[in-house]
Amino acid sequence: MADKSFPNPHEIEAIPGTEGWERMYPYHYLFTTKDKERETYENNMFWFNDALHYPEPMYPFDIIWDEAWFLALSQFNTRIFMIPPVYGVDHRIINGNVYITPVPVTDPEEVQKRVPLFMERAGYYFENWDKLQANWEKKMRGIISDLEALEITKLPAMEDISVVKNGLGTSSGYELIKNYDKLIDLGIRCWQYHFEFLNLGYASYVIFVDFCTKAFPDIPLQKITQMVAGIDVLLYRPDDELKKLAKLAVEFNLTDQIGKDGKDVKDVMASLQGSENGKKWITAWDGAKNPWFNISTGTGWYHQDISWNDNLNIPMSSVRIYIEKIKGGHNIDRPMDAVKEERKRLITEYRGLLKTDEDRKTFDQLHGTAELVFPYVENHMFYVEHWFHSVFWNKMREVAAIMTEYKFLKGQEDIWFLSRSEIKEALWDLVTSWATGTKGYGPLHWPEEIAWRKGVYQKFKEHRPLPAYGTPPEVIAEPFTVVLWGVTNESMAAWAKLKEIGDPDKVNEIEGFAGSPGVVEGIARVCRSVEDIGQLKEGEILVAPTTSPSWAPVFQKIKGVITDVGGIMSHAAIVCREYGMPAVVGTGQSTTIIKSGMKIKLNGDTGRVYIER
Amino acid sequence: MEKRSDYVLWFEECDLNSIPLVGGKNASLGELLKAQIPVPPGFAVTTKAYTLFLEQGGIKKDIFKLLKEIKANDMDSGEAASKTIRAMIENTEVCDDLQDYIGEFYRRLSKRCNVPAVPAAVRSSATAEDLPGASFAGQQDTFLWIRGMDGILTHVKKCWSSLFTSRAIYYRAKMGFPHEAVEISVGVQKMANAWVAGVMFTLNPATGDRATVAIDANWGFGESVVSGECTPDNFLVNKITDEVIRKTVSHKTILYTREPVSHSVIKQTVPAERSDIQCVVDKDVIELAKIGKRIEKHYGKAMDIEWAIDKDTPGQAKIMILQSRPETVWSDKKIEPVMEARSSALEHICAGLLAGRRINP
Repeated sequence: MADKSFPNPHEIEAIPGTEGWERMYPYHYLFTTKDKERETYENNMFWFNDALHYPEPMYPFDIIWDEAWFLALSQFNTRIFMIPPVYGVDHRIINGNVYITPVPVTDPEEVQKRVPLFMERAGYYFENWDKLQANWEKKMRGIISDLEALEITKLPAMEDISVVKNGLGTSSGYELIKNYDKLIDLGIRCWQYHFEFLNLGYASYVIFVDFCTKAFPDIPLQKITQMVAGIDVLLYRPDDELKKLAKLAVEFNLTDQIGKDGKDVKDVMASLQGSENGKKWITAWDGAKNPWFNISTGTGWYHQDISWNDNLNIPMSSVRIYIEKIKGGHNIDRPMDAVKEERKRLITEYRGLLKTDEDRKTFDQLHGTAELVFPYVENHMFYVEHWFHSVFWNKMREVAAIMTEYKFLKGQEDIWFLSRSEIKEALWDLVTSWATGTKGYGPLHWPEEIAWRKGVYQKFKEHRPLPAYGTPPEVIAEPFTVVLWGVTNESMAAWAKLKEIGDPDKVNEIEGFAGSPGVVEGIARVCRSVEDIGQLKEGEILVAPTTSPSWAPVFQKIKGVITDVGGIMSHAAIVCREYGMPAVVGTGQSTTIIKSGMKIKLNGDTGRVYIER
Repeated sequence: MEKRSDYVLWFEECDLNSIPLVGGKNASLGELLKAQIPVPPGFAVTTKAYTLFLEQGGIKKDIFKLLKEIKANDMDSGEAASKTIRAMIENTEVCDDLQDYIGEFYRRLSKRCNVPAVPAAVRSSATAEDLPGASFAGQQDTFLWIRGMDGILTHVKKCWSSLFTSRAIYYRAKMGFPHEAVEISVGVQKMANAWVAGVMFTLNPATGDRATVAIDANWGFGESVVSGECTPDNFLVNKITDEVIRKTVSHKTILYTREPVSHSVIKQTVPAERSDIQCVVDKDVIELAKIGKRIEKHYGKAMDIEWAIDKDTPGQAKIMILQSRPETVWSDKKIEPVMEARSSALEHICAGLLAGRRINP
């Protein structure tokens, strides 16, 4: 293991000027040498940076989702499904970056004891998958409608007379605290559901991947995924809605009213109000907003990942791209039949190459299960990371507005520099002073603290995190670690290499995962967020931190994609495979190294990007 | 004189039914073409042409007389008769009609290849491959880089005379097979003037993956790849999706090519500007793999194939298949299930979890 050694997590030096950063995050996320047992445990584990979910350092509030899945993923492995050889995934934080490690069950007897328990429990889920999944959807819709109904009300100078006449017996101050608690609770609960099926889903996928790679050592991972991937994935729906709207606009001859980028949605709506067809189109547009425009422009993990509903100019701009395409005589529909046909062909032909009846039986068993679980694996994200999160961030902004009103915050967006428990405490400060008729302490404390935290955060951002710390294990059994983060011998070697990259201006080759096959050369366009996609010119190669379904329309314009973050299952990889467009994903730092206008070549077969300098 | 097709046939006109007329080798080339597997173009000089030659040349009687006179178990008398008969065949003029047929086809072959007096391989194609004597004749005589009408006729006759090597005579005698019953056809085929060449397996020889076609390629003739003298470019193509899934462009040091005057094959250093560039473009790699798939389908098994990309032939048909034989290393392995069979997917999942993923093999 000498060639792949990673630093001791206890020997990290603080970035100058950030001393004291630890108080921004939960105390139990810190590495410690206070206790010998904990120190030894931490040294013997392999901690890798979860750059897949967190390309940027954590905001003290946004870590809520990390805490949520820390609990949810782990409990399903350890306590609910009793996955025999693995417990949960442990978390730490270094300089604002989250590091995680899978925790194995080390006692062989304990592993054996867990086997029959796992068989019974997981077996029940597999046998009743459809029924349980339908129930899951019901629970999710319920929790989202609870969230949407949740009211964060400003505190009145005097309570309404109805409080007296109805004998309510509680105040708006109490309601604020209660509803904040409820908001947080809904978020945590939503993440409980998030993992209800995911652990088993990934485990089924991993075993199918194992079988395919044993039978066909050369099989690209993307082909295995294609054999199980769904056709009607919810994440495509928002984009499909835009296509429908574009078609409708052409059919109704409304393209002049919709106009060009730069014309604000409000003005577009005003122009459309002038005609019957225009009004019909507005109805269709409004109908698409809920739930489909809750799609996030990012991954949904960060508060700054706004949704289409938050900025309606984003989907409007995409509608314009589709209108142009339709006018140019292009078919904008996803080639569904071709995708279905290709999927069927892959399954039949790979199966046809198997040599024994046993193999064909195993293939059918494993493919069947992987196909059963995959719709969940693909669709849960729309419910949780997109729909729920988009609504949730805005509810939090309502809380922030009240805190700003009482000068606890200088601006609404400052709230993200407080942890959820600090907010709770500050709200107590706020409502008690409101109740008492005095001044709260918060305005004296939080603005100053937030200013300091902003400085620390900025320094974290300028500092590139190391990919891993500690001691790599011999075997990893934890399904998420394998599938999602792709921790393999190769990836660890690549991480070790990453440490050595010096000046980004001298790099002329970048390595990532082969996301979608093909080779293409062209001009790079770096888009850091979906708001930048207007700059893209026809035939350019998109370089982005990551993409999400809200980026879908740009795939009509470009001829290749490179992302910093994401694996073979990431949005960019999936969409590119569908459009038959090369992609290299998970390169780590393409948006830093590549500049707009550079001539680059990307090879989606090998996962390499070459820069002409 | 009878019709042309009794004496000369394009490979395209040959198939398994024509074995008595064109021999096994020529017939199989015809079969490959029918299966859309490109082989270098050429034609067969039929067994009827051979018998016509013996009759018209007035040597048939003499030959069989000489054969009759050979004393059993006397190697020397067989040797002497072989020498005389072969000289007789090689020194007898081919009759005009036959010269016209062969000459016309050779001219048309040259035209097809866009090369005046196209260099050709002239080789015998026996009608009864299962007879040892016949298969000797069929296997031994191949003449490469033959150019011009005179050269072609001379070497056609050499192939005919190869029926009468002392060994062939001895074997027929031993097996009690009448000399008169053995006939021979000759194939005249364009020499592949390889710009790039190499080998192709319809599985990955490194992993045994049957969904992969593996291609090794270098500049010039395939000798440098077959002999292992040069590290070739390597391509892996997914059979199912026809995509290049891995590609290794190597530093290529030497190549084999043809010395233009003597037509001998010579070894050269690869010019510096070509040594590090990909010697087959992706499009051709995929085309090759598709041909590999057709060959595999044709023979119903994994194959080991020699191929070339021809410099001369214009248009689509530039990829040429020179040789193919069954792959043996992986094909001969005992077939075992990929994973132990289990009663349910969940049993597999549990076993898989227990095994885990070794990340440091």
